[in-house]
Amino acid sequence: MTATDAAGGNYLLAGNTLRSWLLTHDHKRIAILYTAGITFFFLCGGVAAALIRLELVTPAGDLMSPETYNKAFTFHGVVMVWFFLVPSIPATLGNFLLPLMIGARDVAFPRLNLFSFYLYAGGGLFTIACLLAGGVDTGWTFYTPFSTMFSNTHVMLAVVGVFIVGFSSILTGINFIVTIHTLRTRGMTWFRLPLFVWSLYGVALVMVLATPVLAMTLALIALERLFGIGLFDPALGGDPVLFQHFFWFYSHPAVYIMILPAMGLVSELITAGARRRIFGYNFMVYSLLGISVVGFFVWGHHMFVAGQSMYASIVFSILSFMIGVFSAIKVFNWTASLYKGDITFSAWMIYALGFVGLFMLGGLTGIFVAAVALDVGLTDTYFVVSHFHYIMVGGSVMAYLGGIHFWWPKITGRMYPEMWARFAAILMFFGFNLTFFPQYLLGVAGMPRRYQSYAPQFQVLNVLSSAGASLLAVAYLMPLAYLLWSLRYGARAGANPWRAAGLEWKTTSPPPVRNFGEPPVVEGGPYDYPVPTAKVRATRPEPAGP
Amino acid sequence: MNARAARLRQQFDDPPQQREAATLGMWIFIATEVLFFGILFAGYVLSRVAQPDAFAAASRHTDFLLGTIETGVLLASSCLAALAVREVQLGGRRVAVWLLAGTAALGISFLLLHGYEYYSEWQEGLVPGFHWNQTGPHERGMQIFFFLYYAITGFHSLHVGVGIGLVSIMAWRTAHGDFDADYHTPLEISVLYWHLVDLVWIFVYPLLYLIGRAP
Repeated sequence: MTATDAAGGNYLLAGNTLRSWLLTHDHKRIAILYTAGITFFFLCGGVAAALIRLELVTPAGDLMSPETYNKAFTFHGVVMVWFFLVPSIPATLGNFLLPLMIGARDVAFPRLNLFSFYLYAGGGLFTIACLLAGGVDTGWTFYTPFSTMFSNTHVMLAVVGVFIVGFSSILTGINFIVTIHTLRTRGMTWFRLPLFVWSLYGVALVMVLATPVLAMTLALIALERLFGIGLFDPALGGDPVLFQHFFWFYSHPAVYIMILPAMGLVSELITAGARRRIFGYNFMVYSLLGISVVGFFVWGHHMFVAGQSMYASIVFSILSFMIGVFSAIKVFNWTASLYKGDITFSAWMIYALGFVGLFMLGGLTGIFVAAVALDVGLTDTYFVVSHFHYIMVGGSVMAYLGGIHFWWPKITGRMYPEMWARFAAILMFFGFNLTFFPQYLLGVAGMPRRYQSYAPQFQVLNVLSSAGASLLAVAYLMPLAYLLWSLRYGARAGANPWRAAGLEWKTTSPPPVRNFGEPPVVEGGPYDYPVPTAKVRATRPEPAGP
Repeated sequence: MNARAARLRQQFDDPPQQREAATLGMWIFIATEVLFFGILFAGYVLSRVAQPDAFAAASRHTDFLLGTIETGVLLASSCLAALAVREVQLGGRRVAVWLLAGTAALGISFLLLHGYEYYSEWQEGLVPGFHWNQTGPHERGMQIFFFLYYAITGFHSLHVGVGIGLVSIMAWRTAHGDFDADYHTPLEISVLYWHLVDLVWIFVYPLLYLIGRAP
């Protein structure tokens, strides 16, 4: 009997029935359920984005009615933020890797983990129901008083959907914090944790502390629609701007929910791809925690033109610049980690390097919009849209796909076709820049967001952007195709095909049900590169190339 | 020993680790609840600062006597719950079951009292948006007060309801001998949740029933 058998055998073969998947308590299988869910919603949100870009090819609003256009961008925002980006890395790769990386058999509360998934699915059903019933037109931000008093669309269904999915992220957050606190294996001290685990810890804290605020704020919107009066009703002396404060108190930290795991994940990829230790591990940890904490005190930078006090704006602006310092530490350290490295250009490394470049552009334009004077001009233009997408799509989605490729052999036991993957990664990088760089220029030229028609002088840049979007669509569909192909036809993967450090590579691919034969003991820090060849030999056979 | 081993879930190494994880999980959940109610309290404070006179006038319409009795009922229930945990820790089972049943019963009477309070407020026409009879200079601000009143007490009562369910399940499990002096983590964290329900009310009571009541 081998160690793998003792630990329950390959987790993918531990039951083939539908029931064994849908009622599983195994964090690895739950991660795969989440992957299926977020892929579905990514495609839904992508279709909405495609419609928006198609409409904007011509200056006139000729493809759909203004109402439909409003519903399309609202659906795109709601789905992409709450049903794709927030759960994307933490609930899929995080769920799969967290116990493996700290040498645990599972998360602390496996049943709660499954329940989180069903909350996610339940929230998703409400959102789909909202779409089928006719959609919602408030924008993903649900600003009052439009959402409470004037919108005749299905605000209630959308709000309930997001409320429910919020509890899914709260419970995932609790699970991660408790797992990291209590289930680290022998020798896995806090400052030996891989940075991805640190980023999950930071993100779990933000999820736990910010999401309840969103839940209650949305509940207040629902109650206001129900009672016909409420806290945000100006006719009664209520304050609609209070809604914006509450909303951004969640939604700004939520931006860090979406980017922090990507930062941790890229740290794993870059060290493995350059075969170097991470440069400045402690600074990476502190800057990550710094972003998590300071991120709670910058929400007012969304409201520079909402009529808040000038002095409040100045304070929010200075605090927002501080986030730039933490982010810069990370970018410099990733770059420094590459220095004198033995760099490979595997597909996942291309994604990681693409992440650093795009994140830098997104981050620097963040500094622009954090400056009050500049933001007054740029707010509500395509500049902001582009800034946000550089961080979220150029950053988080690139990192997510990089992570999927990097850990694909671990998750499925199969190799993906390397050449196709490199091609898709490069196409994605160029497609992305073609889509969103013109939007910076459009924003500076003064094109407002959320309009279906625009002045004719903006057309050339809009056509470029839409052309880029179609490249991007192809680049996103390619991994879907070849990764599914590789499930059946890919070469079998060894335990450690990338010769990477980290506990997850010390077990078999795919891992056994209880992750490790013997509980691993950690004797040194993370990123113990270069991994000595003798250790690598032991984990071969390496798979043949594609 | 076998029974004890069966309680240890496979992801944990030993019972203390499992206990620590469960307790930490509940504490973090309580932190999220504080933020959940925190938004309502923040909304209350800001609205009160904006319209102090209307809020004072509105709070005189709440039922001081019933509110005070409800506070007493909840505090007593928390006391019984704490005694139940103590009893199980000392190895007593039968008394603990009765104490937990008492906790649940007090919780139910809290809900009944609050239901009666809602009923009499409906009679008085104090339900904004549905049945509102109040007029006068502070009418608009009073509607905001009562909107908050229903939102806060409504969400609180929802938590009381969940707590009653949890405490009842724990009473049943205690009666079936699931817990003893060595192992009673589910009971302990359920009672922790019940204390949260109590604690939230400690803030709700002065905010809605006491402040600015004197003419």
